[in-house]
Amino acid sequence: MSYPAQSFLSVFRSLAMVEKTVEKCCISLSSSNSHLVVQLHCKYGVKKTHNLSFQDCESLQAVFNPALCPHLLRAPARVLADAVLSFPPALTEVTLGIGHGRRVILRSYQEEADSTNKVMVTETSIGEEDFLQLHAPEGTAVTFCLKEFRGLLSFAESANLPLTVHFDVPGRPVIFTIEDSLLDSHFVLATLLEQNPCSQDLCSPSPRQPMPQKQAHSIPHLDDFTNDDIDCYMIAMETTVGSEGSRAQPSTSLPPVSQPSHDLAPASEEEEEAEPSTVPGTPPPKKFRSLFFGSILDPVHSTQDPSPVLAEDSDGEG
Amino acid sequence: MKFRAKIVDLACLNHFTRVSNMIAKLAKTCTLRISPEKLNFILSDKLASGGVSMWCELEQENIFSEFQMEGVSAENNAIYLELTSENLSRALKTAQNARALKIKLTNKQFPCLTVSVELLSSSSSSRIVTHDIPIKVIPRRLWKDLQEPSVPNSDVSIYLPALKTMKSVVEKMKNISNQLVIEANLNGELNLKIETELVCVTTHFKDLGNPLLPSESVSQSRHPEDMAEVHIDIRKLLQFLAGQQVTPTKAVCNIVSNRTVHFDLLLEDVSLQYFIPALS
Repeated sequence: MSYPAQSFLSVFRSLAMVEKTVEKCCISLSSSNSHLVVQLHCKYGVKKTHNLSFQDCESLQAVFNPALCPHLLRAPARVLADAVLSFPPALTEVTLGIGHGRRVILRSYQEEADSTNKVMVTETSIGEEDFLQLHAPEGTAVTFCLKEFRGLLSFAESANLPLTVHFDVPGRPVIFTIEDSLLDSHFVLATLLEQNPCSQDLCSPSPRQPMPQKQAHSIPHLDDFTNDDIDCYMIAMETTVGSEGSRAQPSTSLPPVSQPSHDLAPASEEEEEAEPSTVPGTPPPKKFRSLFFGSILDPVHSTQDPSPVLAEDSDGEG
Repeated sequence: MKFRAKIVDLACLNHFTRVSNMIAKLAKTCTLRISPEKLNFILSDKLASGGVSMWCELEQENIFSEFQMEGVSAENNAIYLELTSENLSRALKTAQNARALKIKLTNKQFPCLTVSVELLSSSSSSRIVTHDIPIKVIPRRLWKDLQEPSVPNSDVSIYLPALKTMKSVVEKMKNISNQLVIEANLNGELNLKIETELVCVTTHFKDLGNPLLPSESVSQSRHPEDMAEVHIDIRKLLQFLAGQQVTPTKAVCNIVSNRTVHFDLLLEDVSLQYFIPALS
């Protein structure tokens, strides 16, 4: 069944009040009028009953298996939550990857269309020591929706639980798992198929701008101040007339910007199982997200938004 | 052209952050001028800013523990950059508990001012946050428009009252009128007036004190009770006042009758000059 999350949330809106006054909470399905009944038994004999209407819906179960993801990293939620604080609230996507020196890097993602607008790029680099587990080679990176990431991070942080990130190549979903004795949650986010050159630079072991006279590339962020020459480039200056006598610096050659492929690989079998409403050849909607909750007492059930998935669909709509 | 600087002292970093927050409130886009001794945030009185101009100056050695710059040429040893002020203040905001902060001029896909912050981490390894702020290098031929404005010969010079008080007064006045008259005399009196068909509202500030003017002849020929006034756009005054988050060490207002209001503030070691022109 499905119902708007807001209605369910509104029952427990004031956490402080719930903690102070509610003694018992009973959740049941009323067969007579198809309502979900939430009853809060409070102090002094007060009983609050909420009837939430719901709709029957098709239950779709996305098939995914974190164990199939070759790469993994695990950290206390706070480590990652602190890292995303530096990003502007309006940022939609973020790239997570392993950079030089086995540092985990989170960087703001810019769509190619925005490159003319020249937006500030922010990158956070976290040392391997802050992670409980890190099984991923340097150079791997995936890009996903930051808003959803922030949401699941705040949940993990409030539960004070570590977060495990299972990921694969760009395009395959990234799976975030939070586990403890009471619950077992999996958050699956779609990742962008194309990796633009910016994200590639993130993990490339070579310098961003090859300059023959510069010294060998050292770990960009950890060297002393005096060894920062690698990042200090001559800037081309716009001058109208050479006779001004100013020293015009030639601009360094920018790395070739490859046209990002917006077409999903036709070989990808997941695409054929996408919803018929998707126009073939368009990039996956980046806002896709799916939330699966499973209690360890019951087998994992899931409800899913009717949007294209990159994880295999057990219903096989192809 | 090269620029690299480093801040290691937390107090200096907070000071620089406060200046940057103020600039972000005063000007959406501004020019950063880097010279061997100083940093300047400049807004020149082009039409885009509606005639408002700003000159903010700080001594680099009061902020940076390391500072290296190489200007366009030996004779023109300065760098003029245009940037979105909010980007800088946002980048500095992430440096609240930083161990060190580095700023340098870089070229990543496009010219940037890269702010690199080393944060303390719970474990032994440090966390690094890097911000690449896109900038535009301003060519030499436009530098003449970005020079320090000459202080006009003012008719009246007066110390300002508490800026927070002024701000709350002007905020309420903004709801009634778009135009405001600011007037002051050499008797330590300053008035803020608005006038509409229905109502006139005046707020009087008294006993403010007047700084001694360098040219005595001006003050002698002027009757102390005579008010010098300027009609200005109230929103520009409000924008200036809203940018002041800290109580200044010194705050002076110079009025050139019917021409300009010139605010001259000193915030510890940082000087800020703000010019609002009269409405035509």
